[in-house]
Amino acid sequence: MPQKKRLEVVDSERCVGCQLCMFACNRRFGSGGLAKSAIRVRSTGGIERGFVVIVCRACQDPPCLKTCPVDALRYREGGGVVLDSSKCIGCGRCVDACPIGAVLWDSENNKPDICVHCGYCVPYCPHEVLALKEVSP
Amino acid sequence: MKQLSRILTVDLSKRSFRIEDRSDLFYNYLGGSGVGIKLLEENCPKGADPLGPENPIIFSIGPLVGLYPLASKTVSMFKSPLTGNLGESHAGGRSAISIRSADFGAIVIKGKSSSPIYLSISGEGVRFKDASALWGIMNSITTGRIVRELEPGSGIRTIMRIGGAGERLVRYACVTTETYRHFGRLGLGAVFGSKKLKAVCVHGNHSVDAANPVDYRSTYDEIYQKAIASPLMRKYHDYGTAANVMPLSAMKGLPTKNLTVSGSEEAENISGEELAENHLGRRVACAHCPVACIHIAALRVPYEKERFFYKTLMIPYDYELIYALGSMVGVFDLEGMLKLIDEVEIFGIDAMSTGVVLAWATEAQIRGLITEEETLGLRLNWGDYETYIQAVRNIVTQPNKFYQYLAGGVEAASRRYGGTEYALAFGGNEMPGYHTGPVSLVSFLVGSRHSHLDAGGYGLDQSILGGEEQPMNESVKKLLKEESWRQILSSLVVCFFARKIYDPETVIKTLEVAGTSMTKEDLDRLGLQILILKNKFKAREGFNPDELRIPDRVFETPSARGQIEEKEVTNAIQEYYKLLYNLEN
Repeated sequence: MPQKKRLEVVDSERCVGCQLCMFACNRRFGSGGLAKSAIRVRSTGGIERGFVVIVCRACQDPPCLKTCPVDALRYREGGGVVLDSSKCIGCGRCVDACPIGAVLWDSENNKPDICVHCGYCVPYCPHEVLALKEVSP
Repeated sequence: MKQLSRILTVDLSKRSFRIEDRSDLFYNYLGGSGVGIKLLEENCPKGADPLGPENPIIFSIGPLVGLYPLASKTVSMFKSPLTGNLGESHAGGRSAISIRSADFGAIVIKGKSSSPIYLSISGEGVRFKDASALWGIMNSITTGRIVRELEPGSGIRTIMRIGGAGERLVRYACVTTETYRHFGRLGLGAVFGSKKLKAVCVHGNHSVDAANPVDYRSTYDEIYQKAIASPLMRKYHDYGTAANVMPLSAMKGLPTKNLTVSGSEEAENISGEELAENHLGRRVACAHCPVACIHIAALRVPYEKERFFYKTLMIPYDYELIYALGSMVGVFDLEGMLKLIDEVEIFGIDAMSTGVVLAWATEAQIRGLITEEETLGLRLNWGDYETYIQAVRNIVTQPNKFYQYLAGGVEAASRRYGGTEYALAFGGNEMPGYHTGPVSLVSFLVGSRHSHLDAGGYGLDQSILGGEEQPMNESVKKLLKEESWRQILSSLVVCFFARKIYDPETVIKTLEVAGTSMTKEDLDRLGLQILILKNKFKAREGFNPDELRIPDRVFETPSARGQIEEKEVTNAIQEYYKLLYNLEN
């Protein structure tokens, strides 16, 4: 059986802040902009100091899952969660529960944007900041 | 599908705003420059005082923003306090995507606040925030830091702000966004300052529709591949625009020491190669740009009185800064140049205008037109960056009449103190770093913004130098054609550095995905129409091509193409306007 994979931020010091990963993530849904993007690049307190890349790190015991009152989040094999939109009531508890701020919010649909570790963004990073890696058992 | 249509109009005097649907404007003029000039026409009364409440600030973006890479600019339009005429300046950073994510196609800011203010703009509207505690902060980076901590939207917002130069109404103050990008030219910063507007933060979370997801992804990948792999953008990728320093100096096209000469053996010290190999500390990109042309030097500066304490400054450089604050003022000491750039960045003043003003003042002082009485004891001299740093501070704070004039630009200063023959401005806008030959000169003079980027005439001079046969009347036609086409690019807000990627065929394909069908002919017609609208606005505000002043210096100092003949240039100017107005009819 193939190993489950997860998206990894290999070296955020290499990040130039182009945000192509953010746009790529949104493009999975066939649209532009950033409303559905589950990855976020922001400066480390000012662009002169570089960037941080914020994305789900595929927790084995995800706090977002535990806090969801309607079981809209279920455990993803390999770590992290998968969202069942039809169950989600848009309460936003998952956002508050994630200590690294990796649960982003789609305010148009009032649902969380959570990384599914598909790796679509990886080839759009021109500087090898991101990688899709096998989760070690 | 949802397209660009909403315009936000903010009235600072009344602290009110309204949001309107103006699909008509975006349908007819795409966005960016096209929509910008229409909104300027609508909102700027004839004869408006550029620093009065009646002067509007317009920010506009285009239909490709958020969809495609390199469509990353915001166009600003206003009446320029430097030239008293059309003000248009473009900047990247995250400005365009932030405005789009707030679901606006354009933002118009009118009136004047009674007390310092900053705006927090989201898709729902505007919050007017007191900026009394921020007013007087001279450092534009500090201002950014404070607003950053007060406002939401980290990573998906733009923070446009002014430093001391904007507050003190230096006529070529800029607006800085995302620390390293600028609405640089023609004095938008002073317009902000005149309105007591310290900063504008825009953020939002709206999506952008694509007509057809499959075509969308495939055209996206085509453009992306071209941007990262093809040689079309290589120049900007490696050394950045600073790659131009050595070739321009070698061909005698690098204005040096107020264009008393046009190149220097010392250029090597401040070249793109030297900077990249020994000082480059970080590369940064605008949102949605795979090139990351923003080059930032790391400069380690020891504390003055304590051993083994250092601060590390991260100072951006580009060709135009190296020209203006390096060669033009004879500063070939690399660290000295970086320190001068840093000073200019902090205050938020246009680097090109500042360099030209300092260069004129230096020559005027050497020739005895001005004395230490005017300069308050400073002896300006080529290469003396420490004195230049003092002078920059004085330009911002304006402790006497002389510095007030310097803050008005080289045109105003030379009219008062003399030395107009070597006051290097065209149409009131200080010279860019290209003394390549007659075509670039014509291009500065007839360009709608008097900018080297209007039509890129310096490129034509270089083609001619490379052996291409091209009589002046041909060059004039090419300038007109190029400036017309660039109206399309700047209406789509595609970065001009990506102009080779966004050829007409690509533009048509991408527009299709954005929901607009246009043919090459439509685009050509619209480009020309926008150019004519801009020129009409200028005529309305009193611009007369016959009154264009050409400083003697450009004819005295040989260019890359040798001595420039005045007659050839003046004839070409006439030819250009004849052509433009014939096409209009």
